[in-house]
Amino acid sequence: MIDSINEVIVLIRERTWKVGGEQGEGIDSTGEILAKVLNRRGNYIFAYRHFMSLIKGGHTNYKIRVKDTPVHYQGDDLDILLAFDQRSIEENWSELHNDSIIIYDSSKKEMQPLEGKSPTMAPIPITAMAKELGNEIIKNMVACGASAAALGLHPNDFDEVIEDLFGKKGEKVVDLNRQAFKKGFDYYKEKFNKSYPLPEPKGKGLYLISGNEMSGLGALLGGCRYLSAYPITPATEIMYWLLHHLPKFGGRVVQMEDEIAACIMAIGANYAGVRAATSTSGPGLSLMMEALGLAGISETPLVIFDVQRGGPGTGLPTKTEQSDLNEMLYGSHGEIPRIVLIPSTIEECVVYGKIAFDLAEKYQCPVIVGSDLFLGMSKKSSDTLNIDDLNVEKRYIISQEELDQFEKGAFKRYRLDVEDGISPRSIPGQRNGRYVALSNEHDEVGLEIEEPTLRKAMFEKRMKKLVGFDLGDLALEFQGNDDASLVLVAFGSVRNQLQEVLEHLQEQGKNAAMLIIKQLKPFPKDRVRVILERASRIVVVENNGTGQLANLILQEVGFHGKLEVQLKYSGNPFTVHEILHAVETKEGVVVR
Amino acid sequence: MTETAITMKDFRVSENPTWCPGCGDYTVLASLQKAVANIGLRPEEVVLSTGIGCSGKLSQHFGSYGFHGLHGRSLPIAQGVQIANHNLTVIAAGGDGDGYGIGMGHFIHAIRRNVNITYIVMDNNIYGLTTGQTSPTSAKGFKSKTTPAGSAEDPIRPLHLALAQGASFVAQAFSGDVKEMTEIFEAAIRHKGFSLVNCFSPCVTFNKVNTYDWFKEKLIKLSEQPDYKPQTHLEALNYINEHASLVTGIIFKQEGRRAYHEEILGASEIPPTDVDLTITPEQKKELLAPYL
Repeated sequence: MIDSINEVIVLIRERTWKVGGEQGEGIDSTGEILAKVLNRRGNYIFAYRHFMSLIKGGHTNYKIRVKDTPVHYQGDDLDILLAFDQRSIEENWSELHNDSIIIYDSSKKEMQPLEGKSPTMAPIPITAMAKELGNEIIKNMVACGASAAALGLHPNDFDEVIEDLFGKKGEKVVDLNRQAFKKGFDYYKEKFNKSYPLPEPKGKGLYLISGNEMSGLGALLGGCRYLSAYPITPATEIMYWLLHHLPKFGGRVVQMEDEIAACIMAIGANYAGVRAATSTSGPGLSLMMEALGLAGISETPLVIFDVQRGGPGTGLPTKTEQSDLNEMLYGSHGEIPRIVLIPSTIEECVVYGKIAFDLAEKYQCPVIVGSDLFLGMSKKSSDTLNIDDLNVEKRYIISQEELDQFEKGAFKRYRLDVEDGISPRSIPGQRNGRYVALSNEHDEVGLEIEEPTLRKAMFEKRMKKLVGFDLGDLALEFQGNDDASLVLVAFGSVRNQLQEVLEHLQEQGKNAAMLIIKQLKPFPKDRVRVILERASRIVVVENNGTGQLANLILQEVGFHGKLEVQLKYSGNPFTVHEILHAVETKEGVVVR
Repeated sequence: MTETAITMKDFRVSENPTWCPGCGDYTVLASLQKAVANIGLRPEEVVLSTGIGCSGKLSQHFGSYGFHGLHGRSLPIAQGVQIANHNLTVIAAGGDGDGYGIGMGHFIHAIRRNVNITYIVMDNNIYGLTTGQTSPTSAKGFKSKTTPAGSAEDPIRPLHLALAQGASFVAQAFSGDVKEMTEIFEAAIRHKGFSLVNCFSPCVTFNKVNTYDWFKEKLIKLSEQPDYKPQTHLEALNYINEHASLVTGIIFKQEGRRAYHEEILGASEIPPTDVDLTITPEQKKELLAPYL
């Protein structure tokens, strides 16, 4: 008996579960509870939130994919759908298959499957059972119980999480939740004998993290002690995270009246000497364009977190897209040195979030860290998160001792005779370091000028700062053989699906490789050229409609006529199937 | 090293301003230099953030740290500096176009935050640097290149707005009276919280209506009105309303209010600029614990 169970478990490599319903009825918290439980027992999970820009109604869902190895994306298929309404079945029908089960809330009425497939239908009066316990709101716990039974989990697995979540509200609330859980659990066990066992939990000490949380953590580790921001989906969680943590570390978070003020305040704070940032999404980034130029010409550090969403205008506030790249690269009038970093995994959000502050201070220029909704709001189990070595090693501000070496008034903030273009920066409060940070073109001390020779020299000094800038391993990542005939190219979150695509292709015996570019500006063109030159086929995969990365490669490196581009701009992330299909058949792929 | 007494010379720079002879901004510069020297502030303890326009050039001619930023954005810079390091004395300055046009949103919000800064608006009722266009404080009917038939709009009433929004210090000064302006600046800088000083600073080149003589004839000095002792914002508002805002002096002052840096979450004696950035391995462990 025991042997046969083990045999079954060994075969299970992955499992997918999703809860769907109207927004505002606890869909997210149902998913969050299960995600936490699975992560704690050592299951590798990836959790993706699908939601809408409204408070009540519509359709929202929370999907969890479980694997016996680290998982980077929510999966194409769906084994278990927990539906609170008929719309949830309709919206998610394409992911279901004949062996799927639809557990649905039968309290109000029966729900119907659609045509073409025959998943098992499992009616459970979830809301009615919650009402029996005296509180409809507890239906998400009933749903958790039913899900746990279907997934072959033990009720004890939930004890700790229930205690963590509701312990503060008292024993009565904890008990109520336990009862609700048990009701759902027992009902499923009693009525349905179908079990959908989970892959073996192989992880230890897994962290369940989102990109927005990791951006916040990265900022803190990078010495950020000031955030001025304006709330915007999907970036607000960075603000929440820093609001929760910065004050404990001596920092401050200010909610400003708009993104213009938020970004310019961050420049003011940086000028004063604190490492400061702002966080936003596309519409906010558009309002920060003038500030980018100000930081550039005044040579003031600035870090902007842009969590991209569907554009333009208000666009798709709750959907993922990678369409801000051009704006990050080129936005703002005039020409400035800037650094654009795009993390490609949730763990990388902490790394790039951290180094952004070192780089901004060192190079005295804006640094944009561009994640997206997919990375920002999804959660994954991580066994590679390691922050031990993320420390502020050095400050790049001139010391009082150095300033005292100058004759009174002789310090030149924008001195031109610096080989690397980086003129030492003083901060207010320091004696003998007086200067005016200037948004006009200026001379070495900070007086506005229009004299052509000086303008040229000052411009060149600024641009020189980033000549040859290359973050090495952090600039790009190549996976596969050097002689790979097919190279898949991407930036940002698409990497997560691409990782699986690559595994599939390699399993099929194809000599495929993957190039992920993370330092988008300055663009590591020479290294990209070497990689792309030796490939016979290049496919660029992007979550936008115009191929912004492909255009950048064409502009910086070349390969006209050789770049195949697959784009998606529906608001949803790619599925692995879509990319595989496009790579195999070239359907939907355009050649640039 | 013995510290020498601070004088206004410590706030001078070698370069000469590029304002027109007779420009009201000269008086603002001199009064501000005198005021900070009177208080005994050292140049390195002061930050002057300015916007764009003739007024914006003030920071280049003032011997403290400065930030000559973007049009309308002197306040977000100034607030960022002050909250980041509340040990500094932070002054923002700009013109009527800068502050009450493009920067209006920041003005109202800075008032409601009560950030401890002094905001000096050099109000000449016209855009000067761009050679004479109607500004937000130009009177209705005012003729300029952009309103050849006379402005069709009512002017902004900055004092009304500041009082209505509950500003903790509201004053008005006139470039024709350097002594009073200096006293007002001193009081404004000493005041803890947001201080507005609207300064009538005539544009001698492009504004032929709101001239020194025009102001001299019309302005009432509040210091000469012994009965003027407003207890509330509303009393002050009524008074300036009755006098078409043509008064100089401290219009309203609210003592004892806490400034933003004392109210904000995480408020502490130690400003963010002075925080040790070390995060210990134990702290890192604690930071990650909630994700297990």
